[in-house]
Amino acid sequence: MTFKRPYSAGLAALAVGLFAATAAYAEPTVNKGDNAWMLTSTVLVLLMTIPGLALFYGGLVRSKNMLSVLMQVFYCVCIVTLIWALYGYSLAFTGGSDFIGGFSKAFLMGVTPDSKAATFSVDANISELVYFCFQMTFAAITPALIVGAFAERMKFAAIALFIPLWVTLIYFPIAHMVWYWAGPDAISDAVKALAAAADGAAKTAAQAKLDEVNADAGWIFKKGAIDFAGGTVVHINAGIAGLVGALLIGKRVGYGKELMAPHSLTMTMIGASLLWVGWFGFNAGSNLEASGGAALAMTNSFVATAAAAMAWMFAEWIVKGHPSVLGALSGAVAGLVAVTPAAGYSGPMGAIVLGLVVGVVCLFFCTVVKNAVGYDDSLDVFGVHCIGGIVGALGTGILVNPALGGTGIMDYTTGKIADYDFAAQMISQCWGVCTTLVWSGIGSAILYKVVDVIVGLRVNVETEREGLDVTEHTERAYNM
Amino acid sequence: MKIVMAIIKPFKLEEVRDALTAIGVHGLTVTEVKGYGRQKGHTEIYRGAEYAVSFLPKIKIEVAVASDQVDKTIDAITTAAKTGQIGDGKIFVINLDHAVRIRTGEADAAAL
Repeated sequence: MTFKRPYSAGLAALAVGLFAATAAYAEPTVNKGDNAWMLTSTVLVLLMTIPGLALFYGGLVRSKNMLSVLMQVFYCVCIVTLIWALYGYSLAFTGGSDFIGGFSKAFLMGVTPDSKAATFSVDANISELVYFCFQMTFAAITPALIVGAFAERMKFAAIALFIPLWVTLIYFPIAHMVWYWAGPDAISDAVKALAAAADGAAKTAAQAKLDEVNADAGWIFKKGAIDFAGGTVVHINAGIAGLVGALLIGKRVGYGKELMAPHSLTMTMIGASLLWVGWFGFNAGSNLEASGGAALAMTNSFVATAAAAMAWMFAEWIVKGHPSVLGALSGAVAGLVAVTPAAGYSGPMGAIVLGLVVGVVCLFFCTVVKNAVGYDDSLDVFGVHCIGGIVGALGTGILVNPALGGTGIMDYTTGKIADYDFAAQMISQCWGVCTTLVWSGIGSAILYKVVDVIVGLRVNVETEREGLDVTEHTERAYNM
Repeated sequence: MKIVMAIIKPFKLEEVRDALTAIGVHGLTVTEVKGYGRQKGHTEIYRGAEYAVSFLPKIKIEVAVASDQVDKTIDAITTAAKTGQIGDGKIFVINLDHAVRIRTGEADAAAL
């Protein structure tokens, strides 16, 4: 989800003009069209995870571990949904400190069908419950991405414990740091109050109020980092947690010596395609309004994905001599990851360039770097999501430049697009990337250690040889 | 009586069946198998992970025939299954001591 969007400029100005004539501080209204789009986007993001991600990952493991992967992904969705309702939404999206929210909306206290959530335009709210559900699907898919890194060898009990800890101590704070802000209505009201203030004392008070509203935001948000739909919060966050997990838990038995070919690239194709479809909810939905900004995010999510799939496929064809299906699918996912932070900021031609770059960079990391370093990130969560996310986050800082066809960044205090400053924006983006890498990297390492002490991370060798489906779940994926 | 066992390329199964039917062999057992001979295997690559796949999918057929039919059977299979490339497969002939048709209890030649 975004926080500064130029498309709201016209609407905001119009709204301000209209309401200035009638009432000074009109209560924002819920737009039914925006609400309808967000209801739709929410289920599209759920579709990304189940069955999209589940099948994408499931097809890539050996048939003896198919159910374990499906189960892990499904578990993430269910457990995070519950935690999100109990206290996750409150920790991520209420004011508190710069790093984490408070418990004022725990157990959905005070959140009713009449509650409203801000979008990126003044006086264009959506129902808070749909915003709650939309953000819930993001919280659910992020830990589900991680399980690919240690697939085929992690105890289910370890995952059952790790996921609730991880979303609580890693995801909610990062989501709060990147996305929490007071919203356009609060800023607009404060700006109007400042303009209306007559004397010096009133002006000082109004300015203090505006500063307070602007200060009511997350740490990374205030650093000026832009992340439209979750390149840092979702992908870098999950990717680095996955790498740390793969390193701590160690390689699969027989890694590098035995055949570990994907058991069904057909399922992987179905899963990757469902990811692409669902990602329109993720990216275009992050616009929070069914407006031109959503259309731009949709356009970028089409072209960047196609460009990355082609870049990976042709690069592999040139280097290895064959265009592979898994290569094209992996490229598409890398493209989706990279365009996530850029979806509402880049122009379509910029998005194509971003896709071409990320397709080649991720191919390089998943093949050359991974083989050279020798870690067993089973399904390339780091190589695709973390690296793709970093390329996207830094690329967004470049492509948002209006001179390159980008949208620029809205300044809600002045109501205008802010001047673009390359160095400043890239430093902001680096703050976002590095904070996430450090917080999630170190935090995840501690959590893995804690879980290892309590239940043990890894199954024994016999269990791993037999496969997790029969040993952990007493079922087989295929009885044929 | 003999059992003629042949390992052939999977896509040759229909041609072999037709050839055997043409010479009057009316019974055939087919198994999907994997193995290697001189053809060796091939390499598969998944996101940079290269695997040498040494066992290739083949079809194993088994036919029970009277001893005087063995040469004709071998000829029919050889002609139908041959492509001239490495990997066409092999034929093994094994002695068969006894045969019974379960439905009627007929034995040996009458059971074939």
